[in-house]
Amino acid sequence: MPILSAQGVNVVYEPNRGQRIWSVRDVDLSFEAGEFVGLVGESGCGKSTLGFALTRMLRPPARLESGVITFDGVDISRLDGEALREQRRNGIALVLQSGMNALNPVRTIEHHFGDILKAHAHAGEHHDRTTIRRRGAELLASVELDENVLGRYPHELSGGMRQRIAIALALALEPRVIIFDEPTTALDVIVQAAIMKTIKGLQRVRGFTAILISHDLGVVLEATDRVLVMYAGRIVEDVPASDLLGGPHHPYTEALLSCYADPRADEVKLGGIPGSPPDLSLDEPGCSFTPRCPLAEDVCRHIEPPLAPLGRGRVACHVRAPTAAAEKEASGVS
Amino acid sequence: MSADIATDALPDGVPLASTDVPPLVVDHVTQTYRIRGRGHRKMIAVDDVSFTIAPGAAVGLVGASGSGKTTLARMITGSEQPTSGSITFGDIAVQKLHASGLRRYHQRVQMIFQDPYGALNPLHTVEYTIARPCRNFLGMSAQQAHDRVYELLEIVGLTPPEQFATKLPHQLSGGQRQRVVIARALACEPDVLIADEPVSMLDVSLRAGVLRLLAKLRAERGLSLLYITHDLLSARVVTDDIIVLNKGRIVEQGATKKVLQHPQDAYTVQLLDAIPTPHRAPSATATSKATAPSRVSAASKATPA
Repeated sequence: MPILSAQGVNVVYEPNRGQRIWSVRDVDLSFEAGEFVGLVGESGCGKSTLGFALTRMLRPPARLESGVITFDGVDISRLDGEALREQRRNGIALVLQSGMNALNPVRTIEHHFGDILKAHAHAGEHHDRTTIRRRGAELLASVELDENVLGRYPHELSGGMRQRIAIALALALEPRVIIFDEPTTALDVIVQAAIMKTIKGLQRVRGFTAILISHDLGVVLEATDRVLVMYAGRIVEDVPASDLLGGPHHPYTEALLSCYADPRADEVKLGGIPGSPPDLSLDEPGCSFTPRCPLAEDVCRHIEPPLAPLGRGRVACHVRAPTAAAEKEASGVS
Repeated sequence: MSADIATDALPDGVPLASTDVPPLVVDHVTQTYRIRGRGHRKMIAVDDVSFTIAPGAAVGLVGASGSGKTTLARMITGSEQPTSGSITFGDIAVQKLHASGLRRYHQRVQMIFQDPYGALNPLHTVEYTIARPCRNFLGMSAQQAHDRVYELLEIVGLTPPEQFATKLPHQLSGGQRQRVVIARALACEPDVLIADEPVSMLDVSLRAGVLRLLAKLRAERGLSLLYITHDLLSARVVTDDIIVLNKGRIVEQGATKKVLQHPQDAYTVQLLDAIPTPHRAPSATATSKATAPSRVSAASKATPA
């Protein structure tokens, strides 16, 4: 049984009356216990929104329009208040994008650990200064920080250290699933590599399920077992990481791969993706990648392609993974 | 290098620039900061750095955060005075400039910032933002400035210009905003562009477009470029020569391709190894299914399922 799954998840933003932005559309996914999965896509494709939906952290104007989210066999999509808080203990944790904004500037690091442990304490469980310090030091050690960091304030620490603290805080409740939302985006390459190494090590040792959200396919591929590619609110490809470098793939995945090259090579050729992502407030038929797609055919403009098997993965593309239904309809249309 | 970003392919001595544009010379520049509150400790941000940007050249300045890249850029643009050493552009000594001299200098040496979200005034339209330097530096009339704005928008690829001129920054994507920032920097016909991490805030998919634009501007207008980054791939694509900084010191410099293919300094190797490259990706198998029972039982206090 998957540890976490989503069926038919749709998220809309309703910033103004009558305005609806479809940020996540018809997402069906499941995550097995212990998997390390990457979720990639451009800014605004809905990957963070999907992460928030899975953790039940959506706030207005975003709303879970429809769909079921199951964690360990229990439907958590309708949980509320105390039940939701209870679920978060040993449940799903979220590590936010920038460690600097996630920490309270006027509280010490020890205080942050205290907050989490106290807020989620079991009935009768008591946390005093000694137990908080002990637990804090343990968690800091797991992210390779010294325990004297407990007495520091966020501004005294570097960006990389703060990001490590954000990870340690997420570990405090011993979650079974951790979603990392762009954990290294604001950091330079050397610090990024060190933090990714820590994350991989923690995942291997503790065995939690990890979901890594990033716009950087390079980061994702170096860490994960399986990659989900998201475009305009939909999952367009779901593929084992080890298969990603062979082809064929969704044209969008191929375009993303073309943005990378080895700077040491004799010839460096950088691709890129012309055009920009679609306006999500328009509900247009067909595949949303069509205007930027080099392979687009007539059928792509009319019919939304379903996720269909291709190799060991799944791809939503009429050209790469044709489905009988779409072909039949297409012949009717044209 | 690919045909469309081919900077190697430029003819020697780019034609436009050679006439009256002097080189930008950074000569034994040091910057130290005093650390307050803890005695009189000093922090050396930039330590005895010298290099020259020849007219039409593209030089990369690479290093991790805290290596002194941005401090150097601030000294070159005159926002900060070096503790010792000098920066000269022809007969202009940058550290001696004040108000009006600095203004004239900025007409020739322009800056592109890292954060396209912070570098534009959210209340001003694209046209206003780009027209200001045309009117202030070049003394253009409103009509001339208007025409120039359209021309610049075409150059940076924001077409059709009439569609973009009236937009406010929040209506643009990150890549489009960075193009507006570049158009503004080009407005006063500078000879040198200082680009401080111009693509690090952009999605990987948008970076190639901005890099291609920088390479094109260099080829067509003979601009010199100081390209500051921690991203060696983009440095490879836009620069001919590269300077590697570590803790304020130059640890390696030379032709970009040569330095990256045969790095001599350990720090350069470290920077190269830290680049996430999908085409290398050996670790996909290393993390496979971490729930093998033996591993879990060894896993201290964690509670997987």
